[in-house]
Amino acid sequence: MAIRSVASRKTLAGLKETSSRLLGLRSIQTFTLPDLPYDYSALEPAISGEIMQIHHQKHHQAYVTNYNNALEQLDQAVNKGDASGVVKLQSAIKFNGGGHVNHSIFWKNLAPVKEGGGEPPKGALGYAIDTHFGSLEGLVKKMSAEGAALQGSGWVWLGLDKELKKLVVDTTANQDPLVTKGGSLVPLVGIDVWEHAYYLQYKNVRPEYLKNVWKVVNWKYASEVYKECK
Amino acid sequence: MQIHHQKHHQAYVTNYNNALEQLDQAVSKGDASAVVKLQSAIKFNGGGHVNHSIFWKNLAPVKEGGGEPPKGALGGAIDTHFGSLEGLVKKMSAEGAALQGSGWVWLGLDKELKKLVVDTTANQDPLVTKGGSLVPLVGIDVWEHAYYLQYKNVRPEYLKNVWKVINWKYASEVYEKECK
Repeated sequence: MAIRSVASRKTLAGLKETSSRLLGLRSIQTFTLPDLPYDYSALEPAISGEIMQIHHQKHHQAYVTNYNNALEQLDQAVNKGDASGVVKLQSAIKFNGGGHVNHSIFWKNLAPVKEGGGEPPKGALGYAIDTHFGSLEGLVKKMSAEGAALQGSGWVWLGLDKELKKLVVDTTANQDPLVTKGGSLVPLVGIDVWEHAYYLQYKNVRPEYLKNVWKVVNWKYASEVYKECK
Repeated sequence: MQIHHQKHHQAYVTNYNNALEQLDQAVSKGDASAVVKLQSAIKFNGGGHVNHSIFWKNLAPVKEGGGEPPKGALGGAIDTHFGSLEGLVKKMSAEGAALQGSGWVWLGLDKELKKLVVDTTANQDPLVTKGGSLVPLVGIDVWEHAYYLQYKNVRPEYLKNVWKVINWKYASEVYEKECK
């Protein structure tokens, strides 16, 4: 029998994967929680250490765990030719896989001030932002407004439309990755506006969180992704 | 409770009133495009107001009967449809815990089919969006703001404890009224 492996989504450098167990003649790649490149308290006062720790160790970890479980079940269902089972798993895969993808990007979108967090983007991305939004302030205003207005849980994104070669601001619901809004969209900066991302510190005042999060946004990373995709 | 009531519910009320005002103007002007554009704000904020208004009545302090199992007609109906109150609680807690994102888990009465149902709604969608004949009896808010300051990410723990303050007397009154 041919050895098949369930394709793993390696969309970013830095997603740690462990090639793990063999299920019969097949193997699936599972995922692990990526380490934060900074201490939990390093983003204070913009985002509290308490939030960062729970967000990373509990929320993101849960997405990773549940995603791995769903992938295992998917593998079994595929092997058995159980199409109904496969389809039923798509919700868990989208939600948990999306949660893992989104949060993996998010941790890189943030940096302590002393490591460049908050420093405006220069170079090609800085120029593209000015072209498309007038200024960084214009972009920040737009993203903050859309993030504040988002109904329920979700994310607000700065993305690059690779096909149209332009920057876009968009939102996604729940843990939908940006690519669900368009196959040619590449996420540059994502801001988590789920209540768990800010509630312990900002309570119901999401706009205050959105005002402060920009102080720790890592534009260097966004610039690297932007340049890579051009 | 204080933030939930004074901030979240108040915001739904304020924004709903604003949306209704804008709707009135748009309707008066015959601006169909604007009327349609307002539906999202009306659904979300109107729904938020409707849902939370029910929610406060769904809860009661222990010394005022909070947590006391339902008797009478509703108690009988729960046993019939779910085997026992524990069975219902288990089902609602599981569905509430599994809800992706923000939303509500409901015990409802389907007036047409004359049966109890457990269902969920996303964001601030009222139960009626899942079926025109559905009457909400008990709704549990599973938005993170409903529990996060106390339970953090552990939504199942919130769902385990919330039943201790559920006001089944109110749910019974609604049930008996609708069953006439």
